[in-house]
Formats: sequence, structure tokens, C-alpha cells
Amino acid sequence: MINDTLQNRRFVIAGVITAIVLLYIVRLFSLQILDDRYKEGADSNAFLKKTQYPPRGLIYDRNNTLLVYNKPAYDITLIMREIRDLDTLSFCRALNIDKKFFIKRIAEIKDRKRNYGYSSYTPQVFMTQLSIEDIATIQQSMYKYPGFYIQNRTLREYAFPHAAHVLGSIGEVSQKRIESDSYYKSGDYAGRDGVEYTYEKSLRGEKGVEILLRDAKGRIKGKYEDGRMDVAPKAGSNLILTIDIQLQVLAEKLLDGKIGSVVAIEPKTGEILALVSNPTFNPALLVGRQRSKNYAELVRDPTKPLMNRATQAQYSPGSTFKPIQALVTLELGGINEHTRFSCSGKGSTPIKCTHSHGSPVDLLNAIEQSCNPYFWQAFRSTIEKDGYGEKNKNFKHSFDQWREAVLSFGFGHKFEDSDVYEQTRGNIPSEKFYNRYFGETGWRAMTIRSLSIGQGEILATPLQLANSMAAIANEGFYITPHLNKNDTMQKRIHTVMVDKKHFPIVNEGMWRVFEFGTGRRTKIPDVSMCGKTGTVQNNHGKDHSLFVGFAPRENPKIAIAVVVENAGFGATWAAPISSLLMEQYLNGKVARTEMYDHIIMSTTNSDVKKR
Amino acid sequence: MSKNVSIKYALDWTTVAYFVLLVFMGWISIYGASYDFDQTSILDWDQRAGKQFVWILTAFGIGGMLLLVDYKMYNFFAYIIYAAVILLLIVTIFVAPDIKGSRSWLVLGPVSFQPAELAKMATALALSRFMSAYNYRIKNWKDLIPLMMFILLPFTLIILQKETGSALVFLAFTLMLYREGMNGIILLLGVFAILLFVVVIKYSIIPIGIEQGTLGILLASALILLVQLGYALFFSKHRRDALILLAGVAGVVVIAVVVNIWYKINFNYVAVFAVLASSVYWSFVALFKRFKKYWMLAAISFGAILFSYSADYLFEKVLEPHQQIRIKVLLNMEDDPTGAGYNVNQSKIAIGSGGLWGKGFLNGTQTKLKYVPEQDTDFIFCTVGEEHGFWGSTLVLVVYWLLLMRLLRIAERQRESFNRIYAYCVTSIFFFHLMINIGMVLGIMPVIGIPLPFFSYGGSSLWGFTILLFILLRLDASRLERMH
Repeated sequence: MINDTLQNRRFVIAGVITAIVLLYIVRLFSLQILDDRYKEGADSNAFLKKTQYPPRGLIYDRNNTLLVYNKPAYDITLIMREIRDLDTLSFCRALNIDKKFFIKRIAEIKDRKRNYGYSSYTPQVFMTQLSIEDIATIQQSMYKYPGFYIQNRTLREYAFPHAAHVLGSIGEVSQKRIESDSYYKSGDYAGRDGVEYTYEKSLRGEKGVEILLRDAKGRIKGKYEDGRMDVAPKAGSNLILTIDIQLQVLAEKLLDGKIGSVVAIEPKTGEILALVSNPTFNPALLVGRQRSKNYAELVRDPTKPLMNRATQAQYSPGSTFKPIQALVTLELGGINEHTRFSCSGKGSTPIKCTHSHGSPVDLLNAIEQSCNPYFWQAFRSTIEKDGYGEKNKNFKHSFDQWREAVLSFGFGHKFEDSDVYEQTRGNIPSEKFYNRYFGETGWRAMTIRSLSIGQGEILATPLQLANSMAAIANEGFYITPHLNKNDTMQKRIHTVMVDKKHFPIVNEGMWRVFEFGTGRRTKIPDVSMCGKTGTVQNNHGKDHSLFVGFAPRENPKIAIAVVVENAGFGATWAAPISSLLMEQYLNGKVARTEMYDHIIMSTTNSDVKKR
Repeated sequence: MSKNVSIKYALDWTTVAYFVLLVFMGWISIYGASYDFDQTSILDWDQRAGKQFVWILTAFGIGGMLLLVDYKMYNFFAYIIYAAVILLLIVTIFVAPDIKGSRSWLVLGPVSFQPAELAKMATALALSRFMSAYNYRIKNWKDLIPLMMFILLPFTLIILQKETGSALVFLAFTLMLYREGMNGIILLLGVFAILLFVVVIKYSIIPIGIEQGTLGILLASALILLVQLGYALFFSKHRRDALILLAGVAGVVVIAVVVNIWYKINFNYVAVFAVLASSVYWSFVALFKRFKKYWMLAAISFGAILFSYSADYLFEKVLEPHQQIRIKVLLNMEDDPTGAGYNVNQSKIAIGSGGLWGKGFLNGTQTKLKYVPEQDTDFIFCTVGEEHGFWGSTLVLVVYWLLLMRLLRIAERQRESFNRIYAYCVTSIFFFHLMINIGMVLGIMPVIGIPLPFFSYGGSSLWGFTILLFILLRLDASRLERMH
């Protein structure tokens, strides 16, 4: 009888067995179907994915002169977990390093505070950017050092020691960039500034991968699926720049010994022909193992060679703003072609004139002679044209109109659709700004009189100045200044808010600057040129010397802006430099050797090292 | 001749089919696991798969021979076989060479053999003989002691050979004992002890306050009190007793918390006090109400709290360091993917990477590249998981399940209690191996190195399992023989 009740226990036993089997099936389901972690674990376990770095795209100038190319370099990488029985001494000897350095590097790699993504399973860079000579010894004996690998890389090489700011440099990617772009892995290189940064995606190409099978001891067991799953690296695309390297080199030479910048633009296309900031440096300094040392030196240099003054420095444009002022006041009806204002020379109020000329003056004369009182009165009659009105409403409205028109020339904002790296926006002060500063009704034309002659709160970058000249040369539009010579960039057309009919008179005024005015001594023989000099007071010593202009007058091929900081009159430095550059670009050579020699030999700032 | 014909007729061919299927799948998996890139043939005698093929053929031979033996012989020779194997185990301790710290292999020229594999069969036979005796009663102390001796003798000898895993297999006999009348509470107590042990070990590292005890003991005490409460409520239906217990415990907790405001106390002592007090309470209830089962409840509670309190000590003093670390890894108390946790971690990676359909036969990268240690012996199931995915692994589990269910059915259709007891021994052993081995590979059991029946590489274990199974098949076939 007992047996009968005991017999039922078989159901308990069968139930326990079934429950365990079911539990295991559920566990299998969660491991194999639900959880993806283990698949990745398997991959990094068994596959050694060797990254194949593509050659980076080459960079040419507008005439297909090669500017930047590649040379092979080698990294020594290591996988900490795979290092076994390392003969440190022979390893160091083969790499020509001392043991202290070796120990320091290993400690640095393992330090998660400095080496964020450290893992003993993944390749870490031990030494970087070695030359063929550096690794010649160790290459044959690499098998003796399991866990260490040689990784092929390419380094940048420069055909000219120039155009550093335009080209930019490449360097190891930051942790931040790795997080934002999954393409990068720790130790990768990427463009850090200049076109190397802007065109990083097309220049870098696509990394390839070679998948090798590796056993638990780290030994390579051959290619996975005979290499069928490998991805060949895709070479980066070449980049043709709008820069004319001859012009660029000349501009850098002319600025040598001076602090300043040059921007030259082809008005019809918006292509930047030269973009120079001085002091500058040899781009080759920021390549290879010397990079960080040189970089630190450049950072410490008080003349700030790393700063791209052509796009980042902002200046009051001074008299070089007068052509814009003329166009805007004509458009808004503050003056017309025949308007004359009186000038009392140095005795003028509230702004005195810095040049001596007859009175009253008309617009042509005013541009030619850079007459301050004329432009003050033109500005005033523009913004006061409807009176002040209740709570200065009419006045503010007119001021806004004026500001909008000036902004349309590319001032006061970055060229957001441009490929120029690191611009600053400059400044055209707004109504809001003055309201805040002086109170809602606390400011009048008189308060902001400096704006009339391009001083006061107005700030512009050399790039913006050159661009405004392109707009005048084009009689009413500009194309976003850019560095990549491809046709799609030229579709970025911006029309200025000044009617075409107002341009000829300003054009003539600027022409007269070269014929009779401040530019007459720097005119290129047989070329009709338009321009405007500027001598701008500032808080840092001598006046800045500025020049803007374009040539030839009939069919403008080059628009230019030049700034030489703390050098004196615009006509003395910026004008001849512009003129020589335009001559080079238009005639292919510089014939005025005397002027050339004078500029080349001069130093306006003793802090700047002559190159 | 007539006997042969009847065997062919009476043999449980279904079980034989499962056996052949498992052996075949195991052989394929061993080939997959030990497959190297330059190896080609599954019948290469220098390779594991080739050798296993030899073991399989000989296993078939052994199985066939066992079927030819008169079934009465197994009963008759049970004690003699047991004695012989015990002798062999003793000899082994002294003559076996040290292989990876274990002294369990007898080496005879090119062949080495593990007598522990035979011990399971010998013990099963001896137990069956002893328990099927006419005057045997499981509840009789005089019978219980020799019974325990039958199990503990080989268990101890195998422990001495440093083969803890193989020794633990003898715990499987409790399942057979349960079927044969052992009180089910003993099994439940076993499960409860494991639970308490796990709780105490896992949470003893979490302190409460400063020097105020650990979470482990508190949780264990809570569990014990819960069991008491559940018993009072659902089995004896004495709701008033349960309420009094609840009130008492709540009182102790409140007093402890209040006292703690002024004077920091060790909560472990409070917990132990609460459980001890509850034991006393149940004793009183048993005494006055003459409800005998409460004596047991009191005793169990008392034992459980003692066990919990000493679990830490047992863990650290009785278990070897490598066993401690295996348990800690299993309980997620230590993360050591390159050290003690390496096997299990790699095994989980291998299985997990198989996905639904697996990577295909011979395409497993994990097992192929030797990431999983012991991949063709104890961790053979990884290969199945990686190469054949979820469906393949499930299929293998289902075949095992079918086999075990079949064995249960065979067990219950025996007329002779010798046969039935032996059948339950075999079922219990197979089940224990399956549960521990696959649980270990899946990371839900501690790493205990015992093979997967019929699957794992190795002649000793395959022969051992084959002998276990075919003796049963021979006994089962006798059921029809008698009718003829």
C-alpha cells in the first residue's frame, strides 16, 4: 500500500526534471536571443581587426600645383593583454629608447585618467609617427615581442612652407570627437583646423579593415574567411583649393616682419585667391612627433602666430568703410549723386577732416579725399531723414534700415555657408545695443557719429572687408568667399541691399583714389584700379594701415583687403602691398622692384621674427 | 540462442535510439570543438574526434556484452562488484599520478582510466540490492546507517582523490531515496540550506552601519521566520500562533530600533535572538497543545539559524580557495573575467554568440580558437551553443529530457524493486550530471567539473555511462523474459 502513494512521487521527480530543463531553455533563450553583449564579446575575442588606414587626400592649389601630400609613418601599438615574456632591454634598444621612457609610456597608457578608453584588450598607441629609419631595426625582430604591432600611417608633407592657416593641420583625435563620431578610434588622426578640418570627411577616405583570426593565446591563425570579409581602405578624395600659391607666397613675403593679414578674392566666383595672416609658421612644424613641442612653442609666442588674423581678427575699418557708407546712404536717400556738404578741414565739428581739400565737396571728391565731415553729414541725413519722431521711433527705424543694408555686404556675421574655418563675426552695432547702453531715447545721430567714418563700435574682419570689395566690384552681389574650387560653392550668391545704379559713382570715386588720391603713388601702370586706404586709430599704439580695393576697374579679377597693424598710414603700407599683389595676380609678375624691395626689407613690428 | 532472440525482442529500443543519438551528437561536437584549421578528417586517430570514435565503438561493444549477461547476475554480484570497485578506489589513491591536482586516474600503458566512473554503477547496484532486501525499511535506523555507509564510502574515497565534482554526484542518490520513501522534507531542507547559504555568503559583505552586523544574517533570519509563518498559516492552519509570532517579531524589531537610537547595537544578535526566541515559542506551543509537528519546526529553525550563523565560517574554512572563488563569481560577488571567471565568461560568450541558428558546423570561432577551456570535455555544450545556436542547444536538451522521461517510465514498469531502485539510481545520476554540467556552462551553477553524459570527450566517462545504462536495459528486458 505504501508503494502506491510512493508511486506518485515519480510525478514530483518528473516535474523537477522538466522544470530544470525548461529553466535551461529559458536561460539559453536569454543568452542567445535576447542578449547582444556576447556576440560583441565573441568578435573582439576571436577577431583581430587590423585597421587599414587609407592615404589621405592630396591638396592642390587653383593651378593644380601640389601643396600637401603624404609620407609613410609608423606607429608602434600594443595590446597589453597579449604582451608576454617581454625582453624590455632588447625592445628598448631596437626602438632606440631608454627604459625609463618605456616604463613611463606604459604607465601613461594604463592610466585611465589620461588614457580614457584604455582597455587591455584593445590596441593602444605606444609610440607614434616614427619614420622608416626609426623602425628599421625593430621591424625584423617584431615577432620577438608578442603584443606589439607596427601600424602603418601617413603623415602630411608640405611642398611649400606656406599657407599654414589655410591648410590647417592634422592631429590625434580628442576624446570628445571620438564620442561624437563613431568613425574615430582612439589614436586616429583627423584634421584639427583649416581645410584639413573643414574637408575632413572627404580627405580622410574610408578606413579599411583586415580581419584576422586569433586564438586564446593571441596567435594569429590566418585570415577570416580568406579575406572575403576584409574591407579595403578607400583613399581620401583630393582637394583643389581656390588659393593661388604664387600669390599666397608673395603675400606672406610682403607681410614678413609685420603683423597683419591679406585676403584676396576673385569677385566673380567668390574664390579666395590668398588668405594670409602674419606672423605665421611653417605647416611642417605641426607634423609628426615634434608636433606637440612646436605647438606649445607657437601657443606661447606673444605675437600669436596660431591665430588666423585674416578671419579672426576684427578691426574698425575706418576710411575703408566709406565706399560702403556711400552706397548705403545713396540707397537710403540720405544723399544723391550731386549732394554737396561743406568741410572746414581740421576745424570741422563734430568730426574733423584729416585731409586738406576744397569745400564744399561732392561724393566723388569725398571718396577721393576721404573727407570725414562729408560722410558724417551723409550718415546723419540718412538716419535722420524722417526726423526722430515719438520716442525716436523714426530715427531708430532709419538706423535699422542703414544697419540692414550694411549687413547685406557680409558685415556683422560669419559667412555661415563658407568653408573658411574659424571666422569671427565682426560687429555692426544694433539698435538694441545702443538702447541698452544709452537708454531707449538716450542716443541720437550725434551719439553714434563715429559709425559714419567706420570707427566706434564697427568691427570687421579682413575677410569681410575683401568680400565687401567683391560686392562693389560685382555691382551688387557677392558669392560666399570659399576655399574649395568646385562649382557648387559658386551657387551661394548673396545680393546686397543697394541698387545697381548707385555703384558707378562709388566705383569712380574709388578709381579716383588711385588716379588722384591717397593711392596714386601705388597705381600699377596701365591698369585702372579702384581702392580706398584707411588709417585707423586704435588702443595699441600706432595706427593700423588698411587698404581695400579691386582691379581692373572694367573687369574686376581681384578684390583685396590688407591690414598691417600699428604700421601707420594706409597709403604707406597696406596700399603698396595690395598693389604689388594685384600686379602679381594680373600680370603674373612684379615689375616694380623698388617698391617690392622696400616692402620686403621693412619691419613694422620688431616682435615679429623675420622668416 | 533463444535468450538472444528474446533480448532483441524485449530490449527498449527507444532508449537505445536516444543513446545512439546523444553519442553521435557528442562525437560531432567533439569534432567541432577540437577541429583545428589544418585538420581535415573526423576519423583522424591522432585527434580527439578520432579517438572518441574508438571509445564509441568500444562502448557499443561493452553495451552489447552487458546485454548478454544473465540479469540475475547483477543482483547476485552486486556486493562483490561494489567491494571490488571500493578496493580499486583505494588503490587508485596511492598509485595514481598527479594530473592537474587530481589523483583519480589509473594509467595502464597508453590507456588511462578513472575508477570513479565505475563507482556510480557499483554503488547503484549495491544500494539496489540492499534496499530491495525483504526486511528492509527505510525508516529503520538499523537500515539507514549501512545505507549511508554505502554512499559515503565511495564519496569519501573520491574526495580523497581530489575529484570533488565526481564525489558530489553521489548526492544524486537522494532523489532515488525520495522515491523509495525518504521524507520529502529532507529534500526541501536541502534546498532551504542552499538558499540560506547563498543568501548569507552573498550579503555578508554588505554591512549595516558600523559594526552593526551584516545584511546576510538579517535576510537569513527573515527567511527562517517566513518559513515558520508559512508553515503555521498554510499547513497547520493555526492562524493565532502565526499572529502571535508576527507580533513578537515586530516587538523585537521595534525595541531594537528604539534602543539603537541611544545605544548602537549589533542587529545580527537581534536577528539571531528573534529566531531563537521563535524556536522556544514553537517548543512551548508543541508542549502545551501537543501538536508534535511544532517540535520539528522549532528544531529546524534552531538548526537553520545555527547553520546560517556558521555559513561564513564553513565557506572560508571548509571550501578550498578555488572553490570559494568559483562560488563568488557565480553569485556575481567577484568579477574576474580573466581569472576564475574566465571559463564561465568565455563559455557564455561562446553560447551567446551562437544566436538563434548558430554559426554553423565547424564555424564556431570561440570554441575553435580555444577560448573555452575544457571545451571538448566539461564545456562541450558550448560548441553546440555556438555552432548550432538556440535551436541546436534546445534540441539536445529535449533529447536528454526524453531520455530521462523514458528512464522514469522504465523504472516504474519494473516488478522487482531491485530493478526499480537501480533504474532510479541511473536516472538520478544522469539528471544530476545534466543539471550541474549545463547549469555550469550557462553560468547558473558553480563550476563543478563533471562530464555531460554521452557527450563529453573521454573513454572512462562514456564507458561508465554506457555500463550504467545497459545494465538497466538488461534488467528491463528481463521483465518480458519471465513472461515467455
